[in-house]
Amino acid sequence: MAAIQIHQLQKRFADFTAVKNSTLHLEDGKFVVLLGPSGCGKTTTLRMIAGLEFPTAGQILLDGEDVTYRRPRERDIAMVFQLFALYPHMGVRENLEFPLRNEGVPRAEIDRRVREVAAILRIEHLLGSRIGGLAGGDRQRVALGRAIVRNPKAFLMDEPLGTLDAEFRELMCVELRKLHERLRTTTVFVTHDQNEAMALADHIVVMNKGEILQADNPLGIYNFPSCVFVARFIGRPPMNLLPVDGAVLAGMDRVQVGGAAVPVPMLQAQAGRALLGVRPEHVRLVAPEVGLRAAVTHVEYFGSHWIAELRSAAGTLKAVVDKAARPREGDEVGLAFETQRVVMFDADSELLLASTATATHRPRMLHG
Amino acid sequence: MASISLHGACKRFGAVTAVDIPQLEVADGEFFVLLGPSGAGKTTTLRLVAGLETPDAGRVLMNGRDVTAEPPAQRDCAFVFQQYSLYPHLTVFDNIAFPLRSPMRRLDEAEIRRRVARVAEVLHIESKLLSKATALSGGEMQRVAIGRALVRQPSVFLMDEPLSSLDAKLREELRVELKRLQRESGATVLYVTHDQVEATTLADRIAILEHGCIQQVGTPLAIYDDPQSLPVAQRLGSPAINVLPAEWFQGSGPAHATHVAIRPEDVVVGAGDGPSHFDVIECSLVKHMVVAERGGIEVRARTLLDQALAPGSPVRLAFPPQHCLFFDRSGQRLAT
Repeated sequence: MAAIQIHQLQKRFADFTAVKNSTLHLEDGKFVVLLGPSGCGKTTTLRMIAGLEFPTAGQILLDGEDVTYRRPRERDIAMVFQLFALYPHMGVRENLEFPLRNEGVPRAEIDRRVREVAAILRIEHLLGSRIGGLAGGDRQRVALGRAIVRNPKAFLMDEPLGTLDAEFRELMCVELRKLHERLRTTTVFVTHDQNEAMALADHIVVMNKGEILQADNPLGIYNFPSCVFVARFIGRPPMNLLPVDGAVLAGMDRVQVGGAAVPVPMLQAQAGRALLGVRPEHVRLVAPEVGLRAAVTHVEYFGSHWIAELRSAAGTLKAVVDKAARPREGDEVGLAFETQRVVMFDADSELLLASTATATHRPRMLHG
Repeated sequence: MASISLHGACKRFGAVTAVDIPQLEVADGEFFVLLGPSGAGKTTTLRLVAGLETPDAGRVLMNGRDVTAEPPAQRDCAFVFQQYSLYPHLTVFDNIAFPLRSPMRRLDEAEIRRRVARVAEVLHIESKLLSKATALSGGEMQRVAIGRALVRQPSVFLMDEPLSSLDAKLREELRVELKRLQRESGATVLYVTHDQVEATTLADRIAILEHGCIQQVGTPLAIYDDPQSLPVAQRLGSPAINVLPAEWFQGSGPAHATHVAIRPEDVVVGAGDGPSHFDVIECSLVKHMVVAERGGIEVRARTLLDQALAPGSPVRLAFPPQHCLFFDRSGQRLAT
């Protein structure tokens, strides 16, 4: 078990700054996902925590102890690269024993730990099998077993599911999360895949261009994105962003969008230019004479729902539509938004504007 | 453009019957999706149409003409595979132009340039035409592979999981593009996938394949709303349809029903009558999902909630009768 603190962490490669002054407090026992597009600095951050890179400036504390310049082996942290990498010519037991034998752990201790891990993952009956004959799910459990058998203070994982196909990735997410609930070992997991992040994380840290943009629980990230980048990055389809007509002021509870008056949670900040953000699932199609007028330009059917692409005076947007509604291309509709789910951004700074809705939420993670 | 028919097509590999299709009709200009798990016979069916496999019995017809004995080159089908196989030493232009320069076609260079330019424009790869294939991202490579199929202007496109090696965002973009392309060109597409989202969003009609046999053919809406068997009901829908014991529905539905299925979005949370007491296992406001349990049976409900339900807390669930599908012991749908 370990709490990890990074303080004013910075990493420069020649004249490129990979990580800019990151401060972050990772609580003991949490599953934390570093999420962002490639080049955002998430892997570099992870590698500094692991000791595979040394920072240009700043500090890393493991349980309060400064480990910034310690070598990886001196940190008692396990770096997991790819979860599916098993030695196919060895048996299940040999694969599980391998990391321990490498470290010269005594025989009796190896046996005890392998038994324990096999019990946790419910693969005791497979210990005598060969890797080649295993079903996909069992293989993944063995791979997980090999990662946890060393029993480290923390796991660091760099896109461990990246090379798996979609079906296995989902299965593996479920297994990883279940395992975390049993072990409660602090885990830092790097991915660019928001589905993995949402499925796994207690806390998500969204990064872009070397900066931490938001650190919060999945719900906070989803409902109250700290800036336009996070709003666009999270959610599928992503949040709709529509320009507001004119300036917005504190105390306003309705704004003009595409010539229509749209109710919003009462603003507690002002902006010269603003964007209204609303998720596709919080857009409702209503009668054309109500709300923001729009035309349906494209529909996709997903069984449980439709996704409609709409064109309005304020720009294009998407809506998740109930399956019974059967929207059609060319339909003229009105758009209404779930008022309490609407967020506003300053169009110049691109930051979230405070409102009575955002005031109800307190971020679950410390960062700077 | 062309229609495709399979009549009594059967293909065995040793003792395994890979495909056994009494009748399958794909109309001219149709986007037809074969959906099923791996090993269901989807790819074999596609290869029978392409002429890459010869059926042990039965016939393959294109535009009503029997092509069973014809080699692939004479069938005028373009194949797009999951793994884009481009020529790494050639530029994007030359990769796309390649089929047009084959001895069979040998078009003049002006015509080739015109066709390649048109395809590149449609696929938004105009700026990449002079790049080497190896300098492209995965999504661009697959676009080029599709471009190479498009440029031939074949009567039929055969596509075998063309999007499954791409990441989620690219898959989504190319999916929309593929559909648009097919609509605009009016091409016949036979498309194999195990991804239900691709099936419902792309297909005019879907055939559900299991163990080499077609379980049901219909529009995405018809298959989703009106599945004739339990495997078909479970093939579409994410999360999967709930399958509940008939005892929970005593007095409603056919007497010999053993299972009742209901879609997660049709389960009503916190209201109505019916078997009401469940324990919450999981509640995600992000995924709009509640998972609850009763007597060891899990029920999934898709709903927009304002407040998360705590795991372990009780919740009321209702199953509106108009959304319940009844199945017998063998998994066949029962009329209600």
